[in-house]
Amino acid sequence: MDTQEMIKDQVTSNPVVLYMKGNPKFPQCGFSGLAVQILQACGVNNLVTVDVLADPAIREGIKIYSNWPTVPQLYINGEFVGGSDIMRSLYEQGELQKLLEKAVA
Amino acid sequence: MLSAHEVKTYIMQGLACDFVQVQGDDGQHFEAVVVSPAFVGKNMVQQHQLVYQALGDRMRSEIHALSIRTFTPEAWVKADLRV
Repeated sequence: MDTQEMIKDQVTSNPVVLYMKGNPKFPQCGFSGLAVQILQACGVNNLVTVDVLADPAIREGIKIYSNWPTVPQLYINGEFVGGSDIMRSLYEQGELQKLLEKAVA
Repeated sequence: MLSAHEVKTYIMQGLACDFVQVQGDDGQHFEAVVVSPAFVGKNMVQQHQLVYQALGDRMRSEIHALSIRTFTPEAWVKADLRV
């Protein structure tokens, strides 16, 4: 399976996937840490995270997959939602919570 | 080392903007506010993609982190009124 197929498989077989640097307990970047905090504040309990630092192919491939040059990247039900700025903005508007509720249902 | 002013110039060269403000003085981390009529009718992902597009390869090589807030001209007027 090539990297793009692997990413597609990851984001479609899990309702909530966050590509980040490090893991939720030890984020390796402030933006990734913020993304995890936002998702935890939303009460997400089915979060799957992928550490891009552990796999150079994923780290480059995810930027191509979404046409988005930075990490973190959030996917809900296979759809690219955005990076940490967009996550924060959607959270403040109450929209992220709605998207996540649908993902859990 | 990249300056906030250079980042601002790159964004303005690549995207027709009404207003751009870039802050950050460590050469790698920047915060940008961008107001452009090109954002009208686009969602947030598409708006940010336009800013990234304007920065091109610099986003991969020189800029470690860029926090972006985008506004359409109309949204910007409303945001200004709230301040």
